[in-house]
Amino acid sequence: MNEAKKKNYVGLMSSIFAIIVGLLFGFVVLIISNPSQALPGFLTILTGSFTHGLKGVGQVFYYATPIILTGLSVGFAFKTGLFNIGTPGQFIVGAFAAIIVGIRGGFLGNAQWIVAVIASMIAGALWALIPGAFNAYFNVNVVIACIMMNYIGMYFVNFSVKGSKVLFDSLRNQSLPIAKTAQIPKMGLNVIFPDSSINGGFFIAVIAVIAIHILLNRTTFGFELKAAGFNRDASKYAGMNEKRNVILSMMIAGALAGLAGGLLYLAGSGKHIEVVDVLASEGFTGISVALLGLSNPIGILLAGLFIAYITAGGFYLQLFEFSTEIIDIIVAVIIYFSAFALIIKTFMERLDKKRNGGKKA
Amino acid sequence: MNIVFSVFQQTMFFTIPLLIVALGGMFSERSGIINIALEGIMIMGAFVSILFINRTQGVLSGQTQLILAVVIAAIAGMLFSLFHAFASINMKADQTISGTALNLFAPAFAIFVARILQGVQQIQFTNTFRIESVPVLGNIPIIGDLFFKNTYITTYIGILILILSTIVLYKTKFGLRLRACGEHPQAADSVGINVYKMQYAGVLISGAFAGIGGLVFVIPTSTNFNATVAGYGFLALAVLIFGQWHPVRILFASFFFGLMKTIAASYSGIPVLASLGVPSYIYKMVPYVTTLVVLVFTSKNSQAPRAEGIPYDKGAR
Repeated sequence: MNEAKKKNYVGLMSSIFAIIVGLLFGFVVLIISNPSQALPGFLTILTGSFTHGLKGVGQVFYYATPIILTGLSVGFAFKTGLFNIGTPGQFIVGAFAAIIVGIRGGFLGNAQWIVAVIASMIAGALWALIPGAFNAYFNVNVVIACIMMNYIGMYFVNFSVKGSKVLFDSLRNQSLPIAKTAQIPKMGLNVIFPDSSINGGFFIAVIAVIAIHILLNRTTFGFELKAAGFNRDASKYAGMNEKRNVILSMMIAGALAGLAGGLLYLAGSGKHIEVVDVLASEGFTGISVALLGLSNPIGILLAGLFIAYITAGGFYLQLFEFSTEIIDIIVAVIIYFSAFALIIKTFMERLDKKRNGGKKA
Repeated sequence: MNIVFSVFQQTMFFTIPLLIVALGGMFSERSGIINIALEGIMIMGAFVSILFINRTQGVLSGQTQLILAVVIAAIAGMLFSLFHAFASINMKADQTISGTALNLFAPAFAIFVARILQGVQQIQFTNTFRIESVPVLGNIPIIGDLFFKNTYITTYIGILILILSTIVLYKTKFGLRLRACGEHPQAADSVGINVYKMQYAGVLISGAFAGIGGLVFVIPTSTNFNATVAGYGFLALAVLIFGQWHPVRILFASFFFGLMKTIAASYSGIPVLASLGVPSYIYKMVPYVTTLVVLVFTSKNSQAPRAEGIPYDKGAR
């Protein structure tokens, strides 16, 4: 096996190990809290998504769409050496830009949803530009700047939605519904998955995954961004514009998180921006997705689908009087153990050595 | 004058938890371990100790109960932070990953367990802890009104923690060694300091403080615990960096944040501000915007511990 393949293989093994440990842990928690219901409850987590057949599967894709993109945002930033914990803020400003176009952009006709999607990406990118530029020019810690931008974004969107007569539904304390032409077309998916909320947004997410994969692995620009992540001084010495690269990395990451917000709120599934002072959870879930997917775009796609899958299964847990938080517990344990990749690697190397009769692999 | 006093007293309710938690984060980061899990540890500490208050209501009350709860919060936070210490020190795991896992775990765990124990996720408690006026000291003009009226014993615990932290960090052998591990662990190791032990100490202290901070945050501001500390753990991280990893500067940073939070929460009761007619959201945003601006000016020569975030490997050169 060559180096890169081997690295992916070890990564995959450690993710699978983490998932098994996480699920077992969840099972044990269920047994402790209610032994008689534990087994059916656990099986529900694993298979609950199929309860309503294809509709259920469609829902999994629908839930997966935004978290794949926020995961991609965090994962891409990781690859370039930045921890983008600012996804909740970028997500909500993206959603906000999308609903402005979605409510006010009726004159755009059939192009309305496209403009709304693009607006969400631009908003997310601009929101991430600030921590990126502050880091590049003033050495401000990206994590802290992003945390600040999360709260500023949340308050800014709530303030703007609530203060606007044309966006705000004061009866329900949320944003008004978007126009029909602003909803993302189903693109035939509603035929395969009847009655579910799945829509063309999932295709957009997959395209984004492929685009980021190509950008990171097949282009000079992607190589430069990664180089800045490995060693900023070295990349500067090699003649790369390291300041520009940091800013562009953050903007791409922000655009992905903004897109996540746009796609969710344009899905036509009755989502509205609610004026509550809580950070968008899809943003934080993105961190879990990126970590489980080992920041690899394809890994993130699978991780997003996996987390959406067990989350959807978890909804049915209430039948067994378990609360759905067990899913978060399981995901947390999975993330915790996926951090142990190094141990798995050593273990596998030892195994390799044994197979080769003591010779160095 | 009464408004000034009440704003100041309110400010303390927001300042003290930030101060305690940021000081905890300081110990961890000064030993070289980034502790992004402060939020989760706060939730865990608050959850266990509020549950304790809820269960012992009727048997215990007042300051005895609160002090016991503080001890329990510290122990709960410390035990929970062990997971972070194990992952980042023994397993050499990425410290942000294990911290994120803890942040995700704590609220889910608190809700899950609360639902099993009592059906609903909110844990109610009766606040029997408010001190109307501290005997003798409360009667001092101005100072008494500012510091010794409408207060909680946890405020003084927070100040005590600040003083002790400063002394421990700068005036003891332990503090010197801890700081050495955060700056240059190889050098520390070469003179016989057990780096792993010092880092464990740093993380566990941060766990204890964050646990206490969680309880201290919930007590004056609510009558139930709903598995959240409203992002205070993350704010404490900001305060820590804003305060440049230095105890006294952390005090000023947390006071500033506390004041802004108070103004956002109660500006309508302050005649000068109410008459300006500025929407409350602006006040809510101010602390975050200001922090960003201040960071722009202070980050060029950041005082961050040099080795923070890098797992210490004895064999590496």
